[in-house]
Amino acid sequence: MSSNRSKWSLVLDGIIKNNPTFVLVLGMCPTLGTTSSALNGLGMGVATLFVLVLSNICISAVARFIPDKVRIPSYIVIIATFVTLVEFLMKAYVPALYETLGLFIPLIVVNCIVLGRAEAFANKNSVADSALDGLGIGLGFTIALTVLGLCRELLGNGSLFGWKFIPGDGMLAFVLAPGAFLVLGYLMVLFRKLTRKTA
Amino acid sequence: MAARPSTFGNMVLALTVICLVCAGLLGLVQHVTADAIARSDQQKENAAIAAVVPAFDNDPLQERTQVGDAVVFTARSGESAVGYAVKVRTGGFGGPLVMMVGFTPDGTIYNTSVISHAETPGLGAKITDPQIQPRAQVVGKNPATSVIAVRKDRGEIDAITASTITSRAFLKGINLAYDVFRTLNPENNEQQPQ
Repeated sequence: MSSNRSKWSLVLDGIIKNNPTFVLVLGMCPTLGTTSSALNGLGMGVATLFVLVLSNICISAVARFIPDKVRIPSYIVIIATFVTLVEFLMKAYVPALYETLGLFIPLIVVNCIVLGRAEAFANKNSVADSALDGLGIGLGFTIALTVLGLCRELLGNGSLFGWKFIPGDGMLAFVLAPGAFLVLGYLMVLFRKLTRKTA
Repeated sequence: MAARPSTFGNMVLALTVICLVCAGLLGLVQHVTADAIARSDQQKENAAIAAVVPAFDNDPLQERTQVGDAVVFTARSGESAVGYAVKVRTGGFGGPLVMMVGFTPDGTIYNTSVISHAETPGLGAKITDPQIQPRAQVVGKNPATSVIAVRKDRGEIDAITASTITSRAFLKGINLAYDVFRTLNPENNEQQPQ
């Protein structure tokens, strides 16, 4: 296998084999909380992707200089810095999206996907590989959240990305928390069935 | 993995350097985005005011009066006041409901807008839709002559189906805004029948 190919597989692994939502089942709080519409899911996914890539790069670069016993607090400080950065940028340039995601943006700090990748991958691998891993996992998370948001918005509101094409109220439960669990469960089943054939 | 041994000195050094770099970076970004954040906040407030009062040519943000928790913005066209936007906060079903109510100088409701809310999606959150009954119905009514309350409370406004609490909070906000408007607007008080 050429090294070019293995770089690709780093990204693909994050999307399929190690999909954070459907396979690792990490970061459920923002997954269930923010996916009431496709746009919110996409926004949350992209914000997490951004933090994940930057924190992976940064942590893999400095991991050698951090004594083992203080690595977790160091990682949290680095992650929190990038999250606050995202928060400032969103507040300044996409205030409408910031308003809907609200509390969930600061909560990216404690999203176990980000810290999990720092511990499991970034502190043992090169900067470039860590960046690709962050990109893959981030894309996997973004895709999962967007699909979840799409299904919930379609069933609960009769619209896609805010474009309403089925008049009326839709099935309200899907916009609320119970619908999030239902849709997530069915999507997981579907995802596992599809990936089992290819594996 | 970590090449440095976990001695006290190393740990203090590592954390200090990381915190200093991070704090510096955050300070920098905060400095860069502060203007844009302030501007977008102002734009939002301006848009909310413009939506609830007739066309004006002054800067209502400069003519703000604080009355308790509420803020009144005066919109003028030339010298005469054309409308008053009152920003109030009430308690909805899921949390605070912040809204802007616009009055023409005689106390008639010109329009309303919901600035922030924490209502249930699909139910109370419909209050953000300006076409929904309670919002469409209050436009053009004057709280001095109409009872601004839901029909269940012997008022003349329809509630949102299955969201009476949100509708009540919205109408309470209007009445609150009207009280503020009256205490502030002597011209209107003179016109009021005694």
